[in-house]
Amino acid sequence: MYHYNDFDRAFLAERNAQFRAQVERRLDGSLTEDEFKPLRLMNGVYLQLHAYMLRVAIPYGTLSSMQMRALADLAERWDKGYGHFTTRQNIQYNWPRLADIPDMLDHLETVGLHAIQTSGNTIRNVTADHFAGAAADEIADPRPVAELLRQWSTDHPEFQFLPRKFKIAVTGSPNDRAVTRAHDIGLVMTERDGEQGFEVIVGGGLGRTPMIGKTIRAFLPKADLLPYAEAIVSVYNRMGRRDNKYKARIKITVYENGLDQFAAAVEERFAEIRPAFTGVDQAMLAGIEAQFAPPAFRAADPAPVLDDALAAWIRTNVADHKRSDHAIVTISLKKHGETPGDASADQMRLMADLADAHAYGELRISHEQNVILPHVPRDALPALHAALAGAGLGTANVGLASDIIACPGMDYCALATARSIPVAQGIATRLDELKIEHDVGHLKIKISGCINACGHHHVGHIGILGLDRAGVENYQITLGGDGTETMAVGERAGPGFAYDGIVPAVERLILAYLDLRANADETFLGTYHRLGVAPFKAALYPQEAADAA
Amino acid sequence: MSRRRPFTPKVVTANHLIEGDVVYLSDADEWVRDLAQAAILTDEADAEARLIDASAQTGTVVGVYLADVIDTPNGPRPQHFREAFRAGGPTNYDHGKAHGQRPGPEV
Repeated sequence: MYHYNDFDRAFLAERNAQFRAQVERRLDGSLTEDEFKPLRLMNGVYLQLHAYMLRVAIPYGTLSSMQMRALADLAERWDKGYGHFTTRQNIQYNWPRLADIPDMLDHLETVGLHAIQTSGNTIRNVTADHFAGAAADEIADPRPVAELLRQWSTDHPEFQFLPRKFKIAVTGSPNDRAVTRAHDIGLVMTERDGEQGFEVIVGGGLGRTPMIGKTIRAFLPKADLLPYAEAIVSVYNRMGRRDNKYKARIKITVYENGLDQFAAAVEERFAEIRPAFTGVDQAMLAGIEAQFAPPAFRAADPAPVLDDALAAWIRTNVADHKRSDHAIVTISLKKHGETPGDASADQMRLMADLADAHAYGELRISHEQNVILPHVPRDALPALHAALAGAGLGTANVGLASDIIACPGMDYCALATARSIPVAQGIATRLDELKIEHDVGHLKIKISGCINACGHHHVGHIGILGLDRAGVENYQITLGGDGTETMAVGERAGPGFAYDGIVPAVERLILAYLDLRANADETFLGTYHRLGVAPFKAALYPQEAADAA
Repeated sequence: MSRRRPFTPKVVTANHLIEGDVVYLSDADEWVRDLAQAAILTDEADAEARLIDASAQTGTVVGVYLADVIDTPNGPRPQHFREAFRAGGPTNYDHGKAHGQRPGPEV
């Protein structure tokens, strides 16, 4: 893992002192809210529906056990005993007092964490494959590059006032677990003639205008990454629209100018700035890579699986590690009926302790709002599962229908048009009652409480979008979305459903799938691709289907 | 010729500067945290004047606006579900204004 150097520590201390003084000036009346708002947003502080919210960056989703304990401290000392892990691998605290936030940031500083650029029209937290450094299918660990991008983008003077926010995701694997094609820049590590590089994807995004990112360079040598990223953001900064915030993201810049024209501008800018990158960035990258050396793995024999609960958990929550005697464990934060992505301070501390005991002290946060132990010796799986199960963290549902992404929605978010959390809770509770989700198998349900799509509903196999329709919560369903390397935007199924109708509607969809699938190996998405939307619409709208018959 | 919509009952609401909690302006021009204690404004000129005064209290509150309510014998009731959630707190935990209404997170 990357450890802060003296420069990082000095920068963060200075920034925190600045923000403390800004908060003091706001509280004593020296700063108006209009003056203070951009300052607080630069430091991750939002004002939500019921309280302030502090969004803390978890760079590329990687945490040490010590950092996880510090997150627990914040939850316990300054919030209401829990935190909410987000779809951008961050954590949000929903109840801090403004006057306390400088102390929270100072505490984060002690473990090398901060909230800088978790808001505002800047380059946000760089996200990465949550299995990075452990996955059996990856070319190389993408996190050193993510860290290089983090250092480059943090407080970058040219990119503090972009037309709109800017999100970068990186993966080292051809199997895309980082939703790279839905990012402003997506980087997919690849190889050509033995040389490592990146497929560079640009202009993806969800929100009110979902677009699948386009490949701007099929192969970019690793050494060119930083100047090429700088060229893209520089061109976007110049060409991106500032007259309409809904048309200000790079996806619109690429769409309106065309990929060819945009790429030509990027290549021209790249040619200008490339000579200035004389190798310092590569020297820095080499230093960073050295800090991401894998842990000293110990040999481990698989332990016998003696009970059904453990076997089910291993089937769903355990993935192949690059070493056959280790495994990647996903800890579900989706216990049926609970709020997706939430963890209490006690649960955070337990996960930190278990990381120390069984996973070389490392944890990851996934964009799917779960926690990963990336390196677990296989002989530790039974003890790990037992400890997790005793704390409400042993749910065997990763990748199943109750492993739902849900944004905070109108329970917390000032932008939301409807609630997300209780819809997710209701679907998961119903699935638990029916006891069908293990039979249903791989199914991604994603819920957003507004068109901004923080819940990634566009790329859910079943997507749910909560809207305000004439003063009433209403939920649109989309079908067939896909957030992987075969990314697709879901198709709207038809009229929306009332709050009390959305859970039964999803149940009808899932039961229809069980009837329609060719065999138990055909996934929901496979059945949808084979049969199209019609039989699923018939299940969603049985009256209309009966009338048409 | 367009007809102006008739004025409907309102309350003055905002978020508290330090806690961020939802607050309402009372009959006594004090900030209160319970919607039931909010002043129901039925006169448009009065509402606008109260809004201007409240907006000037930048050292106490943030984001002042007029919210539609229904005037009932039991006090103001939110017109829109967003205001109902602001008045009642989140629906997943017993936190904020939801305190005492629902169980807390499972630990």
